[in-house]
Amino acid sequence: MSGSVVDNTVSSGNSSVAIPTDISGQILDIDEDDDLEVFSKDTTLSDGSSLNASMQTSSASMINQYKFEEEEEDADTKDIFVTVDNPESHVTAIETYITYRVETKTTRSEFDSSEFEVRRRYQDFLWLKGRLEEAHPTLIVHPLPEKFVMKGMVERFNEDFIETRRSALHKFLNKIAEHPIFSSSEDFKIFLTAGSGELTSHKKQGPGFLSRMGETVKAVAAAVRGVRGRPQEFTDMQEYAEAFSQKISSIDKVTQRIVREQKEYLEELKECGPTYALWSQSEEELAEPLKNVAGCVDKCCKETEEQVKHLNDHLIPVLHEYVLCADTLKAVLRRRDNIQADFEVKTEALATKKADRDADSKVLSLAWDSLVGRSPEEVKQQKQQKLKGEIKEMRDELDKVEDRLEWANNALKSDWTRWQKGMRTDLRSAFNDTAERNVSYYEKCLAVWESFLQSQRTDAEGNGNVDFS
Amino acid sequence: MADSGSEAIAVIGNTDLTPSESENNLKNTMVEKGTSLLKKMEISVAEAEKRTGKNAVNMQETYTVYLIETRPVDAASEGTNPALDSLWRRYSEFELLRNYLLVTYPFAVVPPLPEKRVCKQDALVTTACKCDLNSCTVTSYFLQQAEFVWHKLSADNMDPDFVERRRVGLENFLLRVASHPVLSSDKIFYLFLTEENGWKETMFETGFQAKADSRLKALNATFRVKNPDKRFAEMKHYGDELQSVISQLLRVRARAADRLYGVYKVHGNYGRVFSEWSAIEKEMGDGLQSAGHHMDAYAASVDDILEEEEHYADQLKEYLFYADALRTVCRKHELTQYELEMAVQDLTSKKQQREELATGTIRTFSLKGMTSKLFGQETPEQREAKLKMLETQIEEGEEQVKERNAECDEFVKSAWVDIERFKEQKDHDLRESLISYAIMQISMCKKGIQVWNNAKECFNKM
Repeated sequence: MSGSVVDNTVSSGNSSVAIPTDISGQILDIDEDDDLEVFSKDTTLSDGSSLNASMQTSSASMINQYKFEEEEEDADTKDIFVTVDNPESHVTAIETYITYRVETKTTRSEFDSSEFEVRRRYQDFLWLKGRLEEAHPTLIVHPLPEKFVMKGMVERFNEDFIETRRSALHKFLNKIAEHPIFSSSEDFKIFLTAGSGELTSHKKQGPGFLSRMGETVKAVAAAVRGVRGRPQEFTDMQEYAEAFSQKISSIDKVTQRIVREQKEYLEELKECGPTYALWSQSEEELAEPLKNVAGCVDKCCKETEEQVKHLNDHLIPVLHEYVLCADTLKAVLRRRDNIQADFEVKTEALATKKADRDADSKVLSLAWDSLVGRSPEEVKQQKQQKLKGEIKEMRDELDKVEDRLEWANNALKSDWTRWQKGMRTDLRSAFNDTAERNVSYYEKCLAVWESFLQSQRTDAEGNGNVDFS
Repeated sequence: MADSGSEAIAVIGNTDLTPSESENNLKNTMVEKGTSLLKKMEISVAEAEKRTGKNAVNMQETYTVYLIETRPVDAASEGTNPALDSLWRRYSEFELLRNYLLVTYPFAVVPPLPEKRVCKQDALVTTACKCDLNSCTVTSYFLQQAEFVWHKLSADNMDPDFVERRRVGLENFLLRVASHPVLSSDKIFYLFLTEENGWKETMFETGFQAKADSRLKALNATFRVKNPDKRFAEMKHYGDELQSVISQLLRVRARAADRLYGVYKVHGNYGRVFSEWSAIEKEMGDGLQSAGHHMDAYAASVDDILEEEEHYADQLKEYLFYADALRTVCRKHELTQYELEMAVQDLTSKKQQREELATGTIRTFSLKGMTSKLFGQETPEQREAKLKMLETQIEEGEEQVKERNAECDEFVKSAWVDIERFKEQKDHDLRESLISYAIMQISMCKKGIQVWNNAKECFNKM
């Protein structure tokens, strides 16, 4: 059923190509038996689990990966740098679209060169994400910016929208590049390096429509049945994902609310300065302090404007990403459940078959067989043979699914930990930045008003007025 | 206007004083000319209380009374601690006092009272929640915002915050009057401060009520002055501008305050959500939880901030009402000027009539002239009689012009002195207000810096 070309040679133990150099030194710690078992199973896979080149290589590294959950991503060991910038508009007869420049700088040996520059459009990113998800259903792929803007207020080619999207695409690629599994994906490599023609033809490969259809049907069936014996840890993860989703959505909403309120505050504040200025025109002695106050209010307005912009450009996109992440978490858990459900179904089927075989060996169904002219022993032999064959098939199939489930569970568990670390870093940094920015905002406004006081002080001393403090 | 003699009781506040009457005033009033009451006496409006009683139409009503406490300054500085004199007054009595002062000292810029009730200009505009209310996580904030807004809109004179602000305003009024060079020596004012009963009667005995009614009518009438004093015209214009710009500033400031309230209060939702989120996180929990507390503190801090802003607004409001008092003085000047011009006009026409009668020429068209043409000249006896009448009228007219001239001069002199005093006071006070506004902003910024630095530390621990 698989339409992909499975490259068996890659998984025959040569792991240096697939595994990122930083953990290659730890391969020696692998339990030999496990290693062999895994590899041999991989090469005989031929059924409907949709494989592609990247999965082959990555499963090898994945096995290694899940043994080393403590692996840290050092900045020193970063060997690939990806940038997304320079949006450009393209007009064709049929449509107008934006492309972004994707620049890659890398020292990795699997890349033919150390620098690449390509242009990609949003569709291409979507394709990449799809491929990664297909290959690794229980790994957490960082979300892409949304296809359409939900609120419908922003036009697709609006400058701010393009910039927001560009920034999110940049983050997406960097998250992929940092991920131990995804970054060694063949699709990822092609995305970063291929010319547009090459990319188009590569896109056309991959599991055919039918195989994907087959997967979907199975998935739906499994989903409908539901999983029965879900391990507690995954239930815990499910609960966490639900709760996290709620909380991060709330925070996102609250932050958007703050931005709205700040903007409205700014609108009102903008009228204060001019009013003081107007007043100063009817005054003599008071003209100077009033003009001064007008200036101060106007300066504070500017600072407020900048602060709102910072919230909009830095905190809100991060929160938004993690709202989408929460959905990804739920999806990943669902897919894992489906694999388990599939396993459970097959386990039950095998047990039933075995029961059939046992039952059959005891029953003597003489009547029909004697009519047909076969001896009971013959018939029984035939039936037993047939069942034995079927059972073997099912057993093999079940083993594969069991492996698949174990692999999926382990992949999910370690990626979950990895994701949490990343989330913690990202959100801590985002909130930290926001707090810092707020401090800076207040410090600037403080300086504005203190300079006003200073000017009044020197004025007072100049006029011989009473000093105040 | 005969000389009343040195034994006569003080005639207070009458602008038609003769020199000896003025002297008398100095002897019989409490305070020396030139020094203000405030230097001799501590005055405060210490408390407010609710009372119930029957009003003029015999209906039960609730009203607030304010406690006025006074204490002589000298006694306090001697080391003894004399008891405070105190009495209770309600707002309407303050109003009466002010009206009395307005009528009795028309040249003075009389300090204003705090507003009668919350005026529409104060009302903040509520904007409806723009999100779907059912899924709105910030609904609680809206209840608070609504409270804030409705608090301002409420015409409830019983509302404790309103009463408190009014108490402060009334105290301010008394202090202003007591430090005014002219008003502070007024006997009725002194009685207001010191005699619970009887002051009203004494006040009414001065006969100001009658003047009040006539002045009110005159002031509201439209009239045109031929030779307006340029300075007063400019002052009136300034008063208009001041009133307009302060109104605008109060409006704009109130709207900004409303929005600022919103910004702060929404941060309170961070507190709630962080706290809930911290429950599902392991390493991040503590940092989130404590950051949440700081967000709550930030949200709560806006209440104090806005209360201080209200004080600033009240200071502006006082000068909003002062602008009105200033315009009233200018208007009174116009009235005085107009009356002088009327008297002059009247005298001139009478003189003309006399001339015509004496020379027998009719220069101006008059019904008299016509009728005499028609029905013949008058007899010499009639003419004599008329001339004599005119002469008397002219004499009276000249007296009146002299009086009105003097009145006008006197008014212009005293009014201009008080206007100058007012200008200095205003410049000084408003400058202080602007400075205290800056200090307030600085305090708000410092609070913000502290909260966000604290929050930042907590985020770092996440």
